[in-house]
Amino acid sequence: MFSYTFQWNQALNRLPQMLDGAWVTMQIAVLSMVLGVLFAIMLTGFRLSGNKILSGFATTWIEVARNTPALFQIYMAHFGVASFGLYFSPIASLLIGITFNNAGYLAENFRGALKAIPDTQTRAARSLGMTPIKAFGYVILPQMLRISFLPISNQMVWAVLMTSLGVTVGMNTDLYGVTQDLNALTFRTFELFALAAVIFYVIVKLINFGARLLAARLFRY
Amino acid sequence: MIEIKEVYKSFGALEVLKGINLTVEKGEVLSVIGGSGSGKSTLLTCINGLERINSGKILVDETEVHAKATDLNILRRKIGIVFQQFNAFPHLTVLENVTLAPRKVLGMGKAEAEAIAEKQLSHVGLGDKLSVYPGRLSGGQQQRMSIARALAMSPSYMLFDEVTSALDPQLVGEVLDTLKLLADEGMTMICVTHEMTFARDVSNRVAFFHKGIMAEIAPSQAFFNTPQHPETQAFLSNIR
Repeated sequence: MFSYTFQWNQALNRLPQMLDGAWVTMQIAVLSMVLGVLFAIMLTGFRLSGNKILSGFATTWIEVARNTPALFQIYMAHFGVASFGLYFSPIASLLIGITFNNAGYLAENFRGALKAIPDTQTRAARSLGMTPIKAFGYVILPQMLRISFLPISNQMVWAVLMTSLGVTVGMNTDLYGVTQDLNALTFRTFELFALAAVIFYVIVKLINFGARLLAARLFRY
Repeated sequence: MIEIKEVYKSFGALEVLKGINLTVEKGEVLSVIGGSGSGKSTLLTCINGLERINSGKILVDETEVHAKATDLNILRRKIGIVFQQFNAFPHLTVLENVTLAPRKVLGMGKAEAEAIAEKQLSHVGLGDKLSVYPGRLSGGQQQRMSIARALAMSPSYMLFDEVTSALDPQLVGEVLDTLKLLADEGMTMICVTHEMTFARDVSNRVAFFHKGIMAEIAPSQAFFNTPQHPETQAFLSNIR
């Protein structure tokens, strides 16, 4: 029969430690997104450049990022490159892995967004004497970011959830890592992970809310 | 002066310009008419170098447009072009649409660019729409904004590519009035158009394009009163 006695206090007493972990999780997610967006813009530029080497590089990145498990990508960033004598700390590996993944997915979203912008926008910008880079930066990029805003905020959610994979490369300061360590100490598995799930949920809701505020502020047209 | 010498242009197997020769003097207003697919719009995009040409030469103030050494980004500053689709930049206000190129291409300061933009926008009747986004404007207003945007670069030449074709009939007049205003001020203009009244009353000369060839060019009154080429006659009789 069901004889488990819930001891929520065991989990709630650890809430401050878990919230510290949540803060680390947020920082990793935000940083990996900012970097991910920048790298995705770079990859988009590479694909548009018409240069075979650059666009080949971008395509390879995007293909690997989108078609292999995120866990594999984070693993590679830690244990994989260690084979060549390159050592990244757990947090750096996690950041590299998630950023790599974010950039790949976002670049693909950007490609879709670019298709929604008429070619005539570039022609109009070039006609005014803008170089290809200025036309992209001032006319195309802002429209592209607006069109892909929802996919971007979706990827942000994904970035938060992906931080939980850090535990596999020895991360123990983020929300999932902290929870895992507390579980090893107390064995209140259900209570601790349920609480962690609630915290993840709240973080994601906060991000969605923030994204909506940002969209209202940025996109007034 | 714009000089077009023996220009050939094809898109793949399709030859759209077959040996065009044409000179447009400073201060002249030339209307280009003809059926669709006659090559008239392509000619405009060749003049500002948006399209390459297969052979021949186009000279703008004695600079060869398609020469390797020509910096098109600099040449385009003196050639304004307005397209059939208005091509407003939707993420920028009307004022920002017009100040963008003066600031980012000519390196003007914000205040200076805004002063020029406000002047050009009032000129085309949009002085009260500065902080509005283009999505809130009618087609005619968007098109006038595009004209102001091109004018803000102080071009020596203006090219108009069927600028009224995408407009509701009641909005055509306001855009044509703007073109007429420019013509009266002495702007050198090439207007690809389907507006025959405009071609006759505003332009100095009218050219008729047919299947990639300039079949006829004449002063506008003569062109409409005594067309010489059989294709011109057929085209004009279909319109009347």
